[in-house]
Amino acid sequence: MSKIELTLKIWRQAKSDAPGRLQTYASGPISTDMSFLEMLDVLNERLTREGEEPVAFDHDCREGICGMCGAVVNGHPHGPEKETTLCQLHMRHFKDGDTLVIEPFRAKAYKIEKDLVVDRSSLDKMIISGGFVSVNTGGAPDANGIPIPQKNAEEAMDAAACIGCGACVAACPNASAMLFVAAKVSHLALLPQGQPEQARRALDMVREMDALGFGNCSNERECEAACPKGISIRNIARLNREFLKAAIFSDED
Amino acid sequence: MKLDPKVPGGPLAEKWDKHRFDSKLVNPANKRKFDIIVVGAGLAGASASASLAELGYNVKTFCLQDSPRRAHSIAAQGGINAAKNYQNDGDSIFRLFYDTIKGGDFRAREANVYRLAQVSNNIIDQCVAQGVPFAREYGGQLANRSFGGAQVSRTFYARGQTGQQLLLGAYSALMRQVKKGKVEMLSRREMLDLVIIDGQARGIVTRNMLTGGIETHAAHAVVLATGGYGNAYFLSTNAMGSNVTAAWRAYKKGACFANPCFVQIHPTCIPVHGSYQSKLTLMSESLRNDGRVWVPKNPGDTRPPAEIPEAERDYYLENKYPSFGNLVPRDVASRNAKEQCDLGKGVGSTRLAVYLDFSEAINRDGASVIFQKYGNLFHMYEKITAANPMHEPMMIFPAVHYTMGGLWVDYNLMSTIPGLFVLGEANFSDHGANRLGASALMQGLADGYFIIPYTIGNYLATISSKPNDTGHQAFRQTADDATEKISKLLSIKGKKTVDEIHRELGLVMWDACGMARNEEGLQKALDKIPAIRDEFWQNVTIPGSGQELNQSLERAGRVADFLEFAELMVVDALSRKESCGCHLREESQTEENEAKRDDANYSHVSVWEYKGKDSSPEFHKEPLIFENVQPSQRSYK
Ligand SMILES: Cc1cc2nc3c(=O)[nH]c(=O)nc-3n(C[C@H](O)[C@H](O)[C@H](O)COP(=O)(O)OP(=O)(O)OC[C@H]3O[C@@H](n4cnc5c(N)ncnc54)[C@H](O)[C@@H]3O)c2cc1C
Ligand code: FES
Repeated sequence: MSKIELTLKIWRQAKSDAPGRLQTYASGPISTDMSFLEMLDVLNERLTREGEEPVAFDHDCREGICGMCGAVVNGHPHGPEKETTLCQLHMRHFKDGDTLVIEPFRAKAYKIEKDLVVDRSSLDKMIISGGFVSVNTGGAPDANGIPIPQKNAEEAMDAAACIGCGACVAACPNASAMLFVAAKVSHLALLPQGQPEQARRALDMVREMDALGFGNCSNERECEAACPKGISIRNIARLNREFLKAAIFSDED
Repeated sequence: MKLDPKVPGGPLAEKWDKHRFDSKLVNPANKRKFDIIVVGAGLAGASASASLAELGYNVKTFCLQDSPRRAHSIAAQGGINAAKNYQNDGDSIFRLFYDTIKGGDFRAREANVYRLAQVSNNIIDQCVAQGVPFAREYGGQLANRSFGGAQVSRTFYARGQTGQQLLLGAYSALMRQVKKGKVEMLSRREMLDLVIIDGQARGIVTRNMLTGGIETHAAHAVVLATGGYGNAYFLSTNAMGSNVTAAWRAYKKGACFANPCFVQIHPTCIPVHGSYQSKLTLMSESLRNDGRVWVPKNPGDTRPPAEIPEAERDYYLENKYPSFGNLVPRDVASRNAKEQCDLGKGVGSTRLAVYLDFSEAINRDGASVIFQKYGNLFHMYEKITAANPMHEPMMIFPAVHYTMGGLWVDYNLMSTIPGLFVLGEANFSDHGANRLGASALMQGLADGYFIIPYTIGNYLATISSKPNDTGHQAFRQTADDATEKISKLLSIKGKKTVDEIHRELGLVMWDACGMARNEEGLQKALDKIPAIRDEFWQNVTIPGSGQELNQSLERAGRVADFLEFAELMVVDALSRKESCGCHLREESQTEENEAKRDDANYSHVSVWEYKGKDSSPEFHKEPLIFENVQPSQRSYK
C-alpha cells in the first residue's frame, strides 16, 4: 500500500440559496487502497476535530448500486474511471501531488442542497409519470407462463441496471435526462409485461422530462461516457422510436 | 405482559388459509378512512406501501435517502428463493419450509416459516408481472441457481443485482400509487420516535433531514420496515445509513425486542484492509457454487497461492462436510474460516482471510461461462482490491451482514404495541438463529405484498376510523423530547468524532459478541459499553446546527441508540447459554466444534421488555413448539 497527498478543491455551499465557492484543502496522506469516499471521510474526520463543518455528501451503499453518491471530479461526473461510481473509485487511480476539483452534479432540474448534496427528486417524478407496469398485488399469472427469450431478458436487464444516480444529466451539455428515461422505457418495452403500456409510458415520461426543465438530447453521447453502469445510448434510439410511434400512431394523448 | 403469538390452529398447511378466512375485513368504503404510516421504503416498506394503497388505505411512506429507490435492499446481490420446483429437482413448499427452519437451527416459529414458503411462489409471479428481468434460460424459462443450506436449485436471480431489480419493481409499484395520490412519499425524513396514545401506536415524530424541522404525523396504524441493525458493529456489509433507531425507540415505547444477539456473519466478504475503512463489501454467496474455499495446509505458509501445490492445500469445507462442501450454511462457513485463521493458516497481509478459488471451475466450464455468471462480482472485487479473480483466487473473510433478531411480532406481524406492525429485517420472525441465503428478499416481499395487506385489517377493524390529528399532547410531548435530545447532542462539544466512538463500540461488539461468544468476554463487554456510552455523552463533537442538513448529527443520533442497544445484545447473548445457528457460545460445542443446541432449556424466543432507564429489561419467553419437524442436530456432513 502506498500513500499519496493531494490538493482538494471542494465546492462548499451552506444551503440552496446561499452562495457557494471552491475551498482548498490539503488531503494529508491518503492510502491508495482507499475509496474516494473514504478519502472524504478522512478529510471530514479532520475537519470535525478542528471544529469545522465537514463536507456534506450523499452516499449509502458504497457498493456502486444505490445511486446515492456522486460528484463531479475534475470535470467528470463520478470521476475519471470508466463505469465506476464515486464510491467505487479508488485512490490508486490518482497520483501524488494531483489537484482534484470536486463539485456537485449541476443541472437546471437539480438543486444544490448543501456542498455536494443535490436534490434529484426530478428523477423520481419521471418514474411517477409512467415508469411502471400497472399491475396490482395478487393474481399475477405463473411466472413461467410467458416465456421470454433470453436475449430480450438480457437486454431488458442491461437497461434496468440504471442506478438513477443522475450522472448522465450532469454530464450532458443540455442537462437532458434522455438516457435515464430511455433506460426505463427500454427496460419495460423489451418485456411482454411492459408492452401494453409502452406508448403511453414513452409519451408521459418524455412530457414530464420536458416539463421538469431537463434539456433536449442533441446526441453528445456524454451521458453514456459518464454512466457508471454502462447504459448504452442505443436505448435513446429505442426511446425515440417508441416516442414517434406513440405520437404518430397511437390514440393516447 | 403476556406474549400471544396468535398462531392459528389447525394443520400447518391450512393455517394461513384459515387465518385469512377468519381475518376481519375492512370494507372498501371504510379503507379510505384509514391512514397508515409506513416507515422505510426497502423491499418490505415499498411493497407494503404499494399493496396497502392499492387496497384503498391512505399511506404515508418515509425514508432516509433522497429517493425510496435507494434503500439498503438495493444492494442484495445473489437472489431470492421460492418453492416453484421449476427444476423438477424435488423442491416443494414443505422442503423450503424445512430447509429454512433447519437453517435457522430450530429457533423460528413453524407457522410463520411455513407461510413464508407458501407465499414465496406468489412473489416470483408478482415480480415477473411488474417487469423484473430475472435471468432466463435459452428457451425463455426462468433460470435458477443454488444457495447455501439447500440441495435444490430454487434461487431466482437477476445477474448479481437481484435486490436492485426487486426493489425497483416494488419502487415502481410505489411510484404508481404516488401518482394516484394514494401514497404520500416523504424522503429524507428520519423517524425519531413513536407516538403512543391510549396504549396504541398513533403516529411518529420525524426530522426533516434537509431543514432540521421536527414534524409530527398521525395515523391509525404504524408499520416499521426500517431494516436491520448490523451497523452496531460499525463495520458491516450494511449500507452506511442502516440503523436501529426506529426499532429502538419503539422498544423504549413498549415494543418487545426478540433475540437481539442473533447476528449473521457472512462468510464471503472482502477482508478488512485499513483502519480508515468505513464499511465492508459482500461478495455474493452464489460464488460458492463454483468457487472452492481453501487455505495452505501448513500454518505460516506465506507463498503466493499459485506456488502452493495441490497437495499442500486444505479444502477444509469439502473435507469436513462432504455432502454440502462449499455450500454449507453461512454460520458454519464463517466459523470454519475463523478457525483456520486462528490456527495460523490465514492468508493475505493481515492473515485474516481465506482463498475462494475459481480455477477448477474455469478449467471445467471455460472462462467465458464463469465470467458470464460472476463477471460483475469479479469486477467489483477488482475495483476494490486491484486483483482479478479470473487469474488468482479471491481473498475473503467473514463480516457482519444480517440481523435475525428484531422487534417481536405475532402471526399478524403486530408488535406488543397495538397498532405497531413490523416487517422485513426489522422483525425477528422467520430466520431463527441463522438466515439462509436468498431468504431475506423473500421475507421482505412476503411481509409487504402478501401478509400485511391481510393482517392489518384484523387490527383496523377493531378501532374507530375517526380522523387523526396531531393536536394530542402526546405528539407535542414526543416532539419536545426529540428536540431536547438533539440540543443535548449539539451542546456536548467534546473532542471525539461520532465515528471514532462508533468504531470503539464496534470493536467491543466484534470481539465479544461476534462469531464466537463466551461468558467472560460478554461480561467484560457489559462493563465496556456503558463506559463508551458515557464518553459519548461527555466527549462527542458535532459541528453545525440542528436547523440544517447535518450528517454528523444524523449519525450521532443513530450511534447514541446503538450504544444503548448493544448492551441488550450482550445481555441476550449472555442469557442464551446454548449455541444455536450463528450464536456460538464457546461453552456449548459438540466434540467436532459445531454449535450444540440445548433444546431442553432454550427452545424459545428470548423476548425483552423495556422497564425504564435505570432498570434491567424484563425477560420473557415465547416457547417454540415443533409439531411438524423434529429438531435435530444440524449436520451438513
Ligand atoms: C450486501 C448485501 C447483500 C444481500 N444479498 C441478499 C441476497 O442475495 N438475498 C437475500 O435474500 N438477502 C440479501 N441480503 C439481505 C437483504 O438485502 C436485506 O435483509 C433486506 O433487503 C432488508 O429489507 P428491508 O426492507 O427490511 O430493509 P431495508 O432495505 O434496509 O430498508 C430500510 C428502509 O427503512 C428506512 N429507514 C431506516 N431507518 C429509518 C428511520 N429512522 N426513519 C425513516 N426511515 C428509516 C430506510 O431509508 C430504508 O428505506 C443482502 C444484504 C446485504 C447487506
Ligand atoms: S454510495 Fe451507493 S452507489 Fe455510491
